[in-house]
Amino acid sequence: MTEEIIIAGFGGQGVLSMGKILAYSGMMQDKEVSWFPSYGPEMRGGTANVTVIISDERISSPILNKFDTAIILNQQSMDKFESSVKPGGLLIYDPNGIVHHPTRTDINIYTIDAADEAAKLGLAKIFNMFVLGAFLKIKPLIDDEYVHKGLEKSLPLRRHNLIPENEKAIAKGKELVTERFVLN
Amino acid sequence: MKEIRLMKGNEAIAEGVIRAGCDGYFGYPITPQSEVLEYLMATATEQRTGMVTLQAESEIASIHMVYGGAAAGKRVMTSSSSPGISLMQEGISFMAGTELPCLLLNVVRGGPGLGTIQPSQSDYFQSVKGGGHGDYKMIVLAPASVQEMYDFAKLGFELAFKHRIQVMVLSDGAIGQMMEKVELDDAVPRWSDEEIVKLHPWATTGKTPDRERNIITSLDLNPVKQEIINQNLQKKFRHIEETEVRFEEFMCDDAEYLFVAYGSSARVCQKAVAIGREKGIKVGLLRPITLFPFPSKELARLAKQVKGMQAIEMSAGQMVEDVRLAVNGAVPVEHYGRLGGIIPAPDEVLHVLEQNFIHS
Amino acid sequence: MNDILTREEIIAPENIVYERTCLLTDCALSYCPGCGHGTAHRLIMETIEEMNIQSETIGVAPVGCSVLAYEFMDIDMQQAAHGRAPAVATGIKRLYPNKFVFTYQGDGDLAAIGTGETLHTCNRGENIAIFFVNNGIYGMTGGQMAPTTLPGMKTATSPFGRDTASMGYPLKITELVAQLPGTFYVTRQSVHTPANVRKTKKAIEKAFEYQKLNRGLCFVEIVSNCNSGWKMTPQESNDWMEANMFPTYPLGDIKLPKL
Repeated sequence: MTEEIIIAGFGGQGVLSMGKILAYSGMMQDKEVSWFPSYGPEMRGGTANVTVIISDERISSPILNKFDTAIILNQQSMDKFESSVKPGGLLIYDPNGIVHHPTRTDINIYTIDAADEAAKLGLAKIFNMFVLGAFLKIKPLIDDEYVHKGLEKSLPLRRHNLIPENEKAIAKGKELVTERFVLN
Repeated sequence: MKEIRLMKGNEAIAEGVIRAGCDGYFGYPITPQSEVLEYLMATATEQRTGMVTLQAESEIASIHMVYGGAAAGKRVMTSSSSPGISLMQEGISFMAGTELPCLLLNVVRGGPGLGTIQPSQSDYFQSVKGGGHGDYKMIVLAPASVQEMYDFAKLGFELAFKHRIQVMVLSDGAIGQMMEKVELDDAVPRWSDEEIVKLHPWATTGKTPDRERNIITSLDLNPVKQEIINQNLQKKFRHIEETEVRFEEFMCDDAEYLFVAYGSSARVCQKAVAIGREKGIKVGLLRPITLFPFPSKELARLAKQVKGMQAIEMSAGQMVEDVRLAVNGAVPVEHYGRLGGIIPAPDEVLHVLEQNFIHS
Repeated sequence: MNDILTREEIIAPENIVYERTCLLTDCALSYCPGCGHGTAHRLIMETIEEMNIQSETIGVAPVGCSVLAYEFMDIDMQQAAHGRAPAVATGIKRLYPNKFVFTYQGDGDLAAIGTGETLHTCNRGENIAIFFVNNGIYGMTGGQMAPTTLPGMKTATSPFGRDTASMGYPLKITELVAQLPGTFYVTRQSVHTPANVRKTKKAIEKAFEYQKLNRGLCFVEIVSNCNSGWKMTPQESNDWMEANMFPTYPLGDIKLPKL
């Protein structure tokens, strides 16, 4: 198993940290992982993206231009990465702020109303965990117990009180993920 | 069981030097490697580990602080990125002239000038052919993973003291900034001052009555003596070429075509090999781990086996010159490179190889 | 019978009143006759001998006339790149906080190419001593203008005299570093008369004593002559120094320790 994932959105949406939690969780489940971020000025308010690879084997290139899964959180990223999903692959996006929805018919497309739902529940700061939940529902690569360990590892000790909240958001994301276009 | 962490390349080498018994780090912030200094300031505090970490006023000051510490027999290092490494060339040349051991890290960004903060491999010539003045070489290690960033800290110090030479870890922004799983080993204790006196009798540790004074200088105005000094240096470099070549081969046994790439480009090529093999192309990868000494003999051997070699670099063609020297015309050697901070994609480099050697 | 001693009597151990310090090597000094460097070397080495700290002292030589200082000083020494001696000394001292570390630098080295290293090393308050020999000229390279060259002074690169409008002013770096909280003791002395030599010796002793107490950076400037570079006899150069250098670089303590 090798899963090559791009997560992309605005800086500040928790793109990099979602990738980090995913990578940590994979590592805790004894997978090989890599996390390759866009860095520099992009981190300061512009677009941000991170490539996460989870694999049973040694990872070759951490830098890719074709992905099994694209997790998209803004329009610029949709424009940039829709075409980068491998045929038969997966695209998950938050429709909030999306004007031009994906049009491909050779990939599976799901939506997650993460921003809206997180705001309703007063969890806007961890809306990225709703998105992570949605992904893990469609691709259950990592068991919940390892996601828990991944959270423990990636959050500093003084933030460990927030782990239950994060797990709640992940569970909610799993419930809320919705089919938009699914291959037969 | 070994301790496992998910770390950035820059953090991994910082943890690596702590555990390799490093005595002192002197550096100046520059993207994309400031995490090294930040990590050491936060983790390797003098109170906790006894390691000295100092933020200097410039890269020039940093490298000369390294000079002072190295000349006194300590395990010392600095790190920077391309423009900062350019500033350090004076000190590196002085350390070459005085045969001082040290560890240097260049997390390469694109140039020339201020260039970009994105990854690049355009400092190959500077590192391998000698960036400062005079005839000298450094051992240059090219990590291709976060694990190697960690491992090369210890290896770098070992080689530096084994040969009394500067060891440059030539990384790039991609390896420095990405996170991967790292297996950590137990820390090597730092040398005591008494051990340094015994292990490094040349070091300026204070003249005791039992020995002559130690002088660290690169100056000798007598041309005859200066020539001998230079000849001895060259002898050492030849010895290193014979004994310290390191490389990794990936699917080379039956390869008809060969990628040659180091660092993050090698990771891209490894994926390209996998895609190529799925398509039925017998392609392999030779990854130089030491850029000096370069795996020339192995390339010459492979030149008898393959139909063509495709060098892939994030530069306008630097390492490819050493590949061509090694192959000496036996097979065609092509270069493909991306510039300005762009990393080539696996299918892109495979396509280039196919165009150059299969569909041509 | 008068008390004139024979040669044998003079060198008899019981009659010796003064000896060259054993920490100067037998290597003949490379300095021009009349130059102050030799005296400055001797005073530093005498101090190290008297304090019995040869085995704990590491010196750093500069680039300039005193580039070969390590040939004459019988202690462990490092030769630094031009202007970088304070950075080199920082590296040594941080790793060996209990050793005595000093730099020996000229005006071109310390106040031109090495200004950054000088100021920041002083500002960090490194527990080292900096001995700064200021003769207002680049001696080794053949008498070019230095940052401390006086206005109107003729050198190889200011053949019509230093024109402050285009070449700037003498840099009083000693007064500058005295402003920094990291310096503990800053003084300016000379070695052109026996009385001044004694004062300089005291200053050097203080610099090492304060280093022992980890009080911060001690900076001792020695205003000196360069009879070759100034194209004068030694005596003329000393007279010229008193008349011209001292008004710009007045002797005395600039920053006294608050003990």
